[in-house]
Amino acid sequence: MPFIPHTEADIREMLAALGVPSTETLFDEIPAELCCGALDLPPALKEMEVTRLMRARAGQNRPLLCFAGAGAYEHHIPAAVWAVTSRGEYYSAYTPYQAEASQGTLQVLYEYQSMMASLTAMDVSNASLYDGATSLAEAVLMAVRTNRKSHSRRILMPKTVHPFYRRVVRTIVGSQALELIELPYDVETGRVDPASLEIHSGTDIAALVIPQINFFGVLEAVDELTVWAAANGAIAIALVNPMALALLKPPGEWGQEGADIACGDGQPLGIPLSGGGPYFGFMCCRKAHVHQLPGRLVGRTVDMDGKPGFTLTLQAREQHIRRGRATSNICTNQGLMVTAATIYMALLGPEGLRRVALQSHQNTLSLMSSLTAVDSVERVFSGPFFHEAVFRTRRPAREIMDGLAERGILGGHELARDYPELGEAILVCVTETRTQEDIESYARQIASLLSHG
Amino acid sequence: MLIFDRSRRGRAAHAQLLPESGESPAIPDYLLRKTRPALPEVSELDAVRHYTRLSQQNYSIDTQFYPLGSCTMKYNPKVCHDLASLPGFLNTHPLGLERTGQGTLAGLYELQEMLAEITGMAGVSLACAAGAQGEFAGVAMIRAYHRLRDDLARTEMLVPDAAHGTNPASASMGGFRVREVATDADGNVDLTALELAVGPQTAGIMLTNPSTLGVFDQHIRAIADIVHRAGGLLYYDGANLNAIAGKVRPGDMGFDVIHLNLHKTFSTPHGGGGPGAGPVGVGDKLLPFLPLPVIVKDGSRYRMLTETERPHSIGHLVTFAGNVGVLLRAYVYIRMLGHEGLERVAEFSTLNANYLLKKLVEAGFEPAFPQRRAAHEFIITLKRLAKEHHVTALDFAKRLLDYGVHAPTVYFPLLIPECFLIEPTETESKEALDAFVRIMAEILKEAETDPDRLKSAPHSLPVRRLDEVRAARHPDLAYKSE
Repeated sequence: MPFIPHTEADIREMLAALGVPSTETLFDEIPAELCCGALDLPPALKEMEVTRLMRARAGQNRPLLCFAGAGAYEHHIPAAVWAVTSRGEYYSAYTPYQAEASQGTLQVLYEYQSMMASLTAMDVSNASLYDGATSLAEAVLMAVRTNRKSHSRRILMPKTVHPFYRRVVRTIVGSQALELIELPYDVETGRVDPASLEIHSGTDIAALVIPQINFFGVLEAVDELTVWAAANGAIAIALVNPMALALLKPPGEWGQEGADIACGDGQPLGIPLSGGGPYFGFMCCRKAHVHQLPGRLVGRTVDMDGKPGFTLTLQAREQHIRRGRATSNICTNQGLMVTAATIYMALLGPEGLRRVALQSHQNTLSLMSSLTAVDSVERVFSGPFFHEAVFRTRRPAREIMDGLAERGILGGHELARDYPELGEAILVCVTETRTQEDIESYARQIASLLSHG
Repeated sequence: MLIFDRSRRGRAAHAQLLPESGESPAIPDYLLRKTRPALPEVSELDAVRHYTRLSQQNYSIDTQFYPLGSCTMKYNPKVCHDLASLPGFLNTHPLGLERTGQGTLAGLYELQEMLAEITGMAGVSLACAAGAQGEFAGVAMIRAYHRLRDDLARTEMLVPDAAHGTNPASASMGGFRVREVATDADGNVDLTALELAVGPQTAGIMLTNPSTLGVFDQHIRAIADIVHRAGGLLYYDGANLNAIAGKVRPGDMGFDVIHLNLHKTFSTPHGGGGPGAGPVGVGDKLLPFLPLPVIVKDGSRYRMLTETERPHSIGHLVTFAGNVGVLLRAYVYIRMLGHEGLERVAEFSTLNANYLLKKLVEAGFEPAFPQRRAAHEFIITLKRLAKEHHVTALDFAKRLLDYGVHAPTVYFPLLIPECFLIEPTETESKEALDAFVRIMAEILKEAETDPDRLKSAPHSLPVRRLDEVRAARHPDLAYKSE
């Protein structure tokens, strides 16, 4: 019996104490006709056998040199991050309901909140949400709750927001009578043209979503967009990559007064790709809106002796107190991922994070310059980009991706399904983990695929 | 001491610091950051020591008995973590999953199948990131089902008053009005109240069985009949599946849709508050509405169904395919248990709970439902102590921490005054249970002779009782450098 410690003697003594002949009797309140009989499951495996099985499965995953981003980024993760995060005291604890017995987790969360607030230049951060897409959905719902000037429940959602994020927002806010209005992008620059907002000026808009970096890797005119939101009584929601904020103007400083809410996916901060999760979502806001912020919050306070300590706070927002009127139904979030991210940020520091961001940016510049030197490869957008960019060749994107995969490269993400108007476009990403040789090899393989095609 | 207090300008973990390239970014100046973020500047050892020491201020399953009711704090096998962390799994990009992640998809596909078998449902989606998201998905499917049938009057979701707070919160997020249903004296749903509550406005009912009161609702088939007859659907909150795993299946009880908490029944880590995973299962009626992705097997290849193939799906709930790493841990756990091991989960979690309840009653504690068998957890009430000695359940809980055990869940369910919800789980030995009983008895004696000892507890932890009022009135939520 794996993980059940009872000896035969234990079982006998326990049953005797209960005065029942067998454990079956303990289920006598359950109507007999409900009992299911033997389940059709595979037989038990010992640790050695399951290890063999999983190694074989892991071996069926083909390791490709990763040039894909689109919401999940391969960055170097220092060995210390998961060596410490995997400690049982973090791994096997739960939500810090008993603060005195959870000061470790609580202080980590407080430090995390502090780091995220500083990175985004916002006042406060919550202790995490599920992932980037759900953080955007929660931000949209929060904006509607927060925006007392607006009665419209209309949200401006640029097409330059990750299409996967947009579909999650549709699912989650779908039952809340919100109207999501799609904002087009400029096909030349690959970003939202602030002038295109003019048709919405003077109308009642609850919130404007501003992605920085946008899905195409292009940098948006965040100042103009934030100023427009403020002038039109809309909440400015910044959807940001936290890694890039080491280099880019943080949401709290956009426009005149900054964005109102900043959210996104924390995966670039020390979280492995892991096939898509677990990652973590983050959300930061101004102090004035903290009572509308969803998710756990940790505060610093003092104990009976005046000694500093940490506790969950402002819980009146949450489902276990407010039930049907809570800011969100979230309770379990992504605590362990946040622990890893906190240690990651501590190990990298402001300079380390800046260099990771800069190196990723420069590697992408380098790839695009090599690629566009190849005959018939073109960059699709002219706007400034960060560590992702879109290119097109004369061959179908699918063939290029298949060809690269055969040569051991994950070539990026095809855009045709979500952006048919862009033709055979591929979104490519280069982080600091790719070498100059990797980059040249990518360009070479593309050239070779085109010369054979 | 905060990590920020350890920071020194110019210090760094040099092994992590990339060389300075000296080049400036090809980005317009007005888009660049002008001030450095206030991240700490520490050495690698500083960081490792700081976060290792912080970890030592936590109670956890690996270090303490942790009978937190409704949370199923059982042992999280190390091998599950190790195997889910194999580089082949960790380095797979989500957008390459079908092309390069067949090994991952094989595990996920089999997990879908096994969870469907364990719960008696027709289909499972692994997409949801946590139990609460699974609840939302379940509620959204119920909504989608009624809407597709043009049954638009069904705007009300029934929730027993004993339910976990996420149930009404999820129902509201799903656009429903919440209507509470009373509980009878035995801890079952009050059938008369239910009969009166159902009608053409009823979309469904959200139930946990065994309930949060720690008892199995014997009238579950009658409840299912009443709700189904009224045209509603039954939602099963899998929070307490540990009590019946391998014995009774929600599908056989008449439930149409369920969510599971893999971090409870299937031993994936709680991680200090996540990541969890909240797969949802449905009967035939709701199959078309399952959230995406759903993984299917075409010949020998695994792939994910698209919106075109499932046009009635409620859609996607997370960016990619869900908390894959958590799902793989649950997969390993179930493979290690097999069908026999899984049946033992319910058997031994129930044996442990009933034994512990019996011993605590013998030691002078008052059960909330003396007439009932405990499921995998049970409630005791400390209302006598509160009345006679002005010692609250919270005081008692804090004193438990001094004895090196994590406190049970306190003040939940809200129906029972001064309550402890105690869930020992099947992975605790008889000695651990006996030791807990001795500690409880000791504290009971203290409560009667020296109540101040409890009221001022804990005494031996890194901090004493914290000023929560101050934390809420003057929120200090982020460090500010002087």
